[in-house]
Amino acid sequence: MSEPTWRRKDLLGIAPLSAEEITLVLDTAESFLEIAERPIKKVPTLRGKSVLNLFFEASTRTRSSFELAEKRLSADSLNFSSGSSALVKGESLIDTARNLQAMAPDLLVVRHQHPGVPHLLAERVEAGVINAGDGAHEHPTQALLDALTIRRHKGRIAGLKVAIVGDVAHSRVVRSNVHLLAKLGASVTVAGPRTMMPVAADSLGVTVCYDLEEALEGADVVMMLRAQLERHRRALFPSVRDYFRLFGLSRARLARAQEDVIVMHPGPMNRGVEIASEVADGPGSVILEQVANGVAVRMAVLYLLAAAQGGGE
Amino acid sequence: MSAHLIRGGRLVDPSQGLDEELDLLLEDGVVARLGAGLEPPPGAAVTDARGLVVTPGLIDVHVHLREPGHEYKETVESGLMAAAAGGFTAVACMPNTEPVNDNRSVTEHVLRQAARHPYARVHPIGAISKGQKGEELAEFGEMVAAGVVAVSDDGWPVKNAHLMRRALEYARHFDLTVIQHAEDLELTGDGVMHEGEWSTRLGLPGIPGAAEDVMVARDLLLAELTGGRYHVAHLSTGHSLELVREARRRGVRVSCEVTPHHLLLSDRAVAEQSFSSHTKMKPPLRSQHDVEALLAGLADGTVDAIASDHAPHHPDEKDVQFSAAPFGIVGLETTVSLCLDRLVHGGVIPLPRLIELLSTGPARVLGLPGGSLAPGQVADVTLLDLERRITVDPTTFRSKGRNTPFAGWTLRGAPAATFLAGRPVTLP
Repeated sequence: MSEPTWRRKDLLGIAPLSAEEITLVLDTAESFLEIAERPIKKVPTLRGKSVLNLFFEASTRTRSSFELAEKRLSADSLNFSSGSSALVKGESLIDTARNLQAMAPDLLVVRHQHPGVPHLLAERVEAGVINAGDGAHEHPTQALLDALTIRRHKGRIAGLKVAIVGDVAHSRVVRSNVHLLAKLGASVTVAGPRTMMPVAADSLGVTVCYDLEEALEGADVVMMLRAQLERHRRALFPSVRDYFRLFGLSRARLARAQEDVIVMHPGPMNRGVEIASEVADGPGSVILEQVANGVAVRMAVLYLLAAAQGGGE
Repeated sequence: MSAHLIRGGRLVDPSQGLDEELDLLLEDGVVARLGAGLEPPPGAAVTDARGLVVTPGLIDVHVHLREPGHEYKETVESGLMAAAAGGFTAVACMPNTEPVNDNRSVTEHVLRQAARHPYARVHPIGAISKGQKGEELAEFGEMVAAGVVAVSDDGWPVKNAHLMRRALEYARHFDLTVIQHAEDLELTGDGVMHEGEWSTRLGLPGIPGAAEDVMVARDLLLAELTGGRYHVAHLSTGHSLELVREARRRGVRVSCEVTPHHLLLSDRAVAEQSFSSHTKMKPPLRSQHDVEALLAGLADGTVDAIASDHAPHHPDEKDVQFSAAPFGIVGLETTVSLCLDRLVHGGVIPLPRLIELLSTGPARVLGLPGGSLAPGQVADVTLLDLERRITVDPTTFRSKGRNTPFAGWTLRGAPAATFLAGRPVTLP
């Protein structure tokens, strides 16, 4: 068997990836995890490469995670965020892309509130594009770091029962995770209020459920999603109190899952809304490990994309 | 006296049930005679139509010419050249210009521009409400006097049921058809594509089919109440089609049009074309189930017309991320080839039915001249070449709009020529 290699210019989503490609990223990330334990957390792998972090939508943890991954790989990184002038002056996205291309970056990390923006940029720039979240579409590095976390705890993905709970309709985390977990052989149940469930959720190849306790039954992994009840979502759920009553994860409810269940959350958490503190800080919680694994996964993705630009072997 | 003999073609005229090799003599702007082996009168011009199909001039009852106000997207001139290039001899243009065509002076302006560029006829559609605001009725009488053939607030559905009722009632004084862009905007919300499997996969906000259906259902009840003539623009769902079918059985005066894109593409195209804004229009591309229902509606006679909803936009407006792009695609220069290739050669409907959908039906729905080659009718004629193969190339469009999801499609069948009032149309 030949060594799997990465040939893609971009990482736009999990949907187009094969199980082998996903495993390659996870294996690569494992090898980068060790760097975080060194006294000097830096390797020269991407020295001389430039990475632009383009965050059209506010983000603290994803952007910091990418930035740290870039620095640990010795890449030169530059941040554009939604507050900064270049992204707010009404310049069209295509013009932004052309301007960025003129700076000849090697990689672009893109977060945008609209699905498809990283795809559009990927068509127009020579740099590799990493989707750091496009609207409610995909967030591939989140799914990869989730998978790494699961694998490190369970030793496998295949055959696990995973429950994903919350605002499924508006979550990019769900979509990427559903694709990834299905490709690696887990069985996934999504649960949430009917008003926050996409009409064709079952077409994603998951079991759809509208009852939290039913979804938790026998679960090996529980992923809670952030409930965003502010603004327009108000029409989708009447109150925080009602939300917690129906879909809040308490210790008592979690008892329905497997004894060694792990609890995950992509952050930022709303304590007392979708998750009780007793669970978030409880024994099965791996929420902070997810964050740590996120840096390693992003290092792996940056490394693989940059290596593919080298022309491969 | 001017005369033109179109000789040797296969003449297809659903209004007379004709599909045979016949010569066609046009004199003084009207059809003079049909017959086998006609001799040209002295001085008559002759067109050899052997190998071609001769049909009543094609009519597109739903186009946006963008003038006045948005000439950077399209003008009456460029839109009419596109119509002629696409095989159409007449178009009905929607009133969502700037200013809105809700009064006589705008109607007259459009018709004056059309008279300067006589590549095809223009039939202006007036607004239902002043400014298309959905509040008070526009002056139908004034607009009809100026040449309006129907009324619609296209783009802005008439939300207020009372106003819709009054529009249907008042339009009866002029035997005007009230055209509705049927969409409940509250149900649409921030939706940008059909709500279904593909919106779920792509994470794009969805527009449910019910956004159309609830308004069609309401309007059909109002049409029944008032006895008005009601036409559903760009009908896109199986449910709406069934509502139309059922209302017609009850005797409601209802007609409907569908677009080529709703017949040939489903919501899957948004994913296949990787979020291309050329797959973004209203109503959105629907599910495969809806596509099949619409195709069945063509075959069983429920659908009255195929219309393009030709909606040119400037490339700067369309070349942006999906969510930010305006809705709409061009259609005047692709409709005929798409229909010939996919519907006729594809075996969905026979050629005479297609001509009914592109000519006789549209004329009947809006009460327009044409749609027939019976003696005495206007001498608007389209010639089609069923075998010519073309590749859709937006850079060759006469329209200023380039926004089409069909670029690169290779199609069999194309328009060959048009005649307007008995004279061949030539484009500069």
